[in-house]
Amino acid sequence: MTLTITSLYGLLGAALVGLGLYGLLVQPHPLRKILAFNVMGGGLFLVFDVVARRGAAAWFPADPVPQAFVITAIMMALAGTALAVAIMLRLFAETGRVTLRPEPPASSDGQGGDS
Amino acid sequence: MSPVMAAPEGLLLVLAIFGPVLGIPLLLVLGGRQAERIGLVLLALGLGVAIAIATTVIRRGDALEYVLGGWAPPLGVLLRADGLSIVMLATTAVVIGAAGLYARSDFGVPRGMPETRAPLVFWTLLLTVWAGLNAVFLASDLFTLFVALELLTLGAVPLVSLSGRAEALTAALRYLLFSLLGSALFLLGVALLYGSYGTLDIALLAERVRVEPATQLAAALMTVGLLTKTALFPLHIWLPAAHAGAPAAASALISGLVVKGSFVLIIRVWVDALPGVATPMAAQLLAALGAAAILVGSALALRQARLKMLIAYSTVAQVGYLFLAFPLASATQLGTAAWTGGILQAVSHALAKASMCLAAGLITKAIGHDRILDMGSIGRVMPTTVFAFGLAGFTLMGLPPSGGFVAKWLLLRAAIEGAQWWWVLVIVSGGLLTGGYLFRVLSRALAQSDEPPGLRSPLDRRGERLVLGLALLSIGVGLVPLASLSIVHIGRGL
Amino acid sequence: MSGPGPIEFGLVVLIMAAAIRAHVAQATFAAALGFIAYGLLLGLVWVRLGTVDVALTAATVGAMTGVLLLSAATRMRAGERAAILERPGPALRGLIAVLCIAVSAAIALVVLMPADPAPTLAPAAAANNLHATGVGNPVTAVLMAYRAIDTLLVNVVLLIAVVAVWSMAPDSLWGGRPGPTPVRQDNEALTFLARLLPPIAVGVGIYLLWNDINEPGGAFQGGAILAAMWILARMAGLVDAPAIGRLSLRLALVSGPVVFLTAGFAGFALAEGFLAYPSGWERPVIIVINSAMTLTVAVTLAMLLEGPPTRPPSPPLAGMPTAQDAKRGER
Repeated sequence: MTLTITSLYGLLGAALVGLGLYGLLVQPHPLRKILAFNVMGGGLFLVFDVVARRGAAAWFPADPVPQAFVITAIMMALAGTALAVAIMLRLFAETGRVTLRPEPPASSDGQGGDS
Repeated sequence: MSPVMAAPEGLLLVLAIFGPVLGIPLLLVLGGRQAERIGLVLLALGLGVAIAIATTVIRRGDALEYVLGGWAPPLGVLLRADGLSIVMLATTAVVIGAAGLYARSDFGVPRGMPETRAPLVFWTLLLTVWAGLNAVFLASDLFTLFVALELLTLGAVPLVSLSGRAEALTAALRYLLFSLLGSALFLLGVALLYGSYGTLDIALLAERVRVEPATQLAAALMTVGLLTKTALFPLHIWLPAAHAGAPAAASALISGLVVKGSFVLIIRVWVDALPGVATPMAAQLLAALGAAAILVGSALALRQARLKMLIAYSTVAQVGYLFLAFPLASATQLGTAAWTGGILQAVSHALAKASMCLAAGLITKAIGHDRILDMGSIGRVMPTTVFAFGLAGFTLMGLPPSGGFVAKWLLLRAAIEGAQWWWVLVIVSGGLLTGGYLFRVLSRALAQSDEPPGLRSPLDRRGERLVLGLALLSIGVGLVPLASLSIVHIGRGL
Repeated sequence: MSGPGPIEFGLVVLIMAAAIRAHVAQATFAAALGFIAYGLLLGLVWVRLGTVDVALTAATVGAMTGVLLLSAATRMRAGERAAILERPGPALRGLIAVLCIAVSAAIALVVLMPADPAPTLAPAAAANNLHATGVGNPVTAVLMAYRAIDTLLVNVVLLIAVVAVWSMAPDSLWGGRPGPTPVRQDNEALTFLARLLPPIAVGVGIYLLWNDINEPGGAFQGGAILAAMWILARMAGLVDAPAIGRLSLRLALVSGPVVFLTAGFAGFALAEGFLAYPSGWERPVIIVINSAMTLTVAVTLAMLLEGPPTRPPSPPLAGMPTAQDAKRGER
């Protein structure tokens, strides 16, 4: 079996998914987790793009449908990242630290919501 | 395949998803001052749409399908309402409606005031969660379902942190990270499936699917991703804090509905898109996790000091029951009965849990805290709320004549007839543990010895009626004749 | 296709190095820099794979993600030490490592055993493309016609992401302006670039939008480039972020989804149904939707990078009709 360019990039995608997944699970700082999530996303999109490239047919250099999927998913990864960063910065402003360790539940007075 | 319907049935399916979406730009442009009114009008319309879809599907006795833009799959996307969809659409419309009506006291907008943060955000995200859920129930293309899941996540996470308190922000961040991980794993599976079959349409996948490594890997990745979002043990760890941090109306949505969205997708993947790919061992494993969820979740619920945390761990436990259906459905002649049980559990838990979340919200508002120990005799000042809480508890325990009873009874019967007696033990001990933690709350609430706590604010009568209504509905589901429950199988080839 | 040459192997090594750097760097700031390099190098891979539309989107959006992470890292430097203590123990780390390697290996195996022939929708897309959608770029045809519902929903997701980000503001700042008050930078080169580039970028953005109909480009890419120019002008202190209560901002944010939804529902009356375009009018309709989407994507991405409001609404609330009403209510 000869290694094609497409397969090589597919393997790269597979490696990046594992690397990102490891960071997402192991990194303690939420910002590092989000970074790892984006690394994983890059690998995932690469795997999807390899699928597109293999589907080259008609006069298209690659199957347009998975390309559209990747473009759509890239926008959604950005939306999730922006929200995560916004929560982190607010948390940092409130407490001066950013951690995912749940605090011991204080006795809640009042409902959620500021109303 | 049943004929593809044009308008007006197609319009109904489109409105179920994009009706709530239409409200979002309206809210943002007209400003938060109109938020409540726009929200309430859309709640009423959406309930009507859900009922219309349900009656149409039941009358036809077959699924309703609508091809978007005239582009048939595999190139285009199909919307499809089957028995599972209509039941979940209707449940969602009821619970969202109740949450919206309840939220009028927390996120109402007085006339003539400038736009404020919480009401605008709450109503916008309520509509978002609704649109996301309806898209999850109606889309029959795995990539569209992925987008729908993202919509659901982005709507639900900021609801958790709406109060802006540090612990709510931490909970929201954990929830978001878990959810993003789940989405990524799901999308990875989607990519592999497209690489193998060149389509993501559920019906076409079912025709083309082969049992091979790529498909099994895809199914495993998608299942783990969806379990993360469904909060099945041991992936439940994000849920309790998120539930406790959220305002009452949002807790009702998250515990009652949002986790059910990804559960429905697991059924879609296992049963509808990739039939035969999951091995009996995998189904047993899934149910074993469910069993662990029931036992661990209930045991942790017993130890909670705060009512909201108790309800959250109760959700962890009740989610476990949903997964008992998987091995029972494949192993017995009563496969359909096990599915009926699982889906009925999803519906009756949604109604009962929404009632409990709102009841906890009323209690917290009235006495200023939710510490169970300091709730002595609250039943004397809030009899309706405590009564409704107890009624909803019937469904969680699985006592007749509630919806939870019928659901658990169907699962129990399937377990006995399928000679899988170990699930019988789980169901029975789960019921006993549930009785235990509910008794802890009710015995305090109904204690005669204590001086009843003073009320901080006047009782919210509308809220009490909503809580009671939801609890009665969760009982009422159990009174539906068994034969009528077969509507959940319309258009599902079971 | 010929086998991979030194360029390919070199790219793979560089990308892995950047990705590992993004993981192991001590400071989060350095890790974010590693991520930016990672994104740029990946952009080259998309080009090598012949998926230019993806390359354009990934490069611009990747750069934005990098900026977002970088600025967050600089602002949260203080909290990094505390978090490190929460790293899982070596045994658990080892277990997770084994799991991740297994996932990578499984995907690698699947990648090396592709279905033969590879399933594809390219011929189906090709058969329908020009005559039925009026657009020559197949990716645009997928995004705007065959799978328009996904694109419409993503527009909604982006809009909701802005509301979600805004919701992280304290109540007192609601309606105010996001980000820091602009300070005119002394850096002449930056100011010069920030003055020079936006008009060019507007041209490029419009070109991408227009080009998209037949060649690679599109609303997401064009919008992302316009948003990047906004960030540049903002960093140079030439412009200030609009108050989030401003009606014009709100209109710009919703225009994409509203135009898309209007066209979608108009399909019930004028064409075959939802998201179907009237026969013979596909091309102009798609151009109108794409134009509105480009504007909305640009404003949305810029607002996602700006973050929640940080400055209280300055009275009188310009452009906020609500404030006047409130005063009327007081009288």
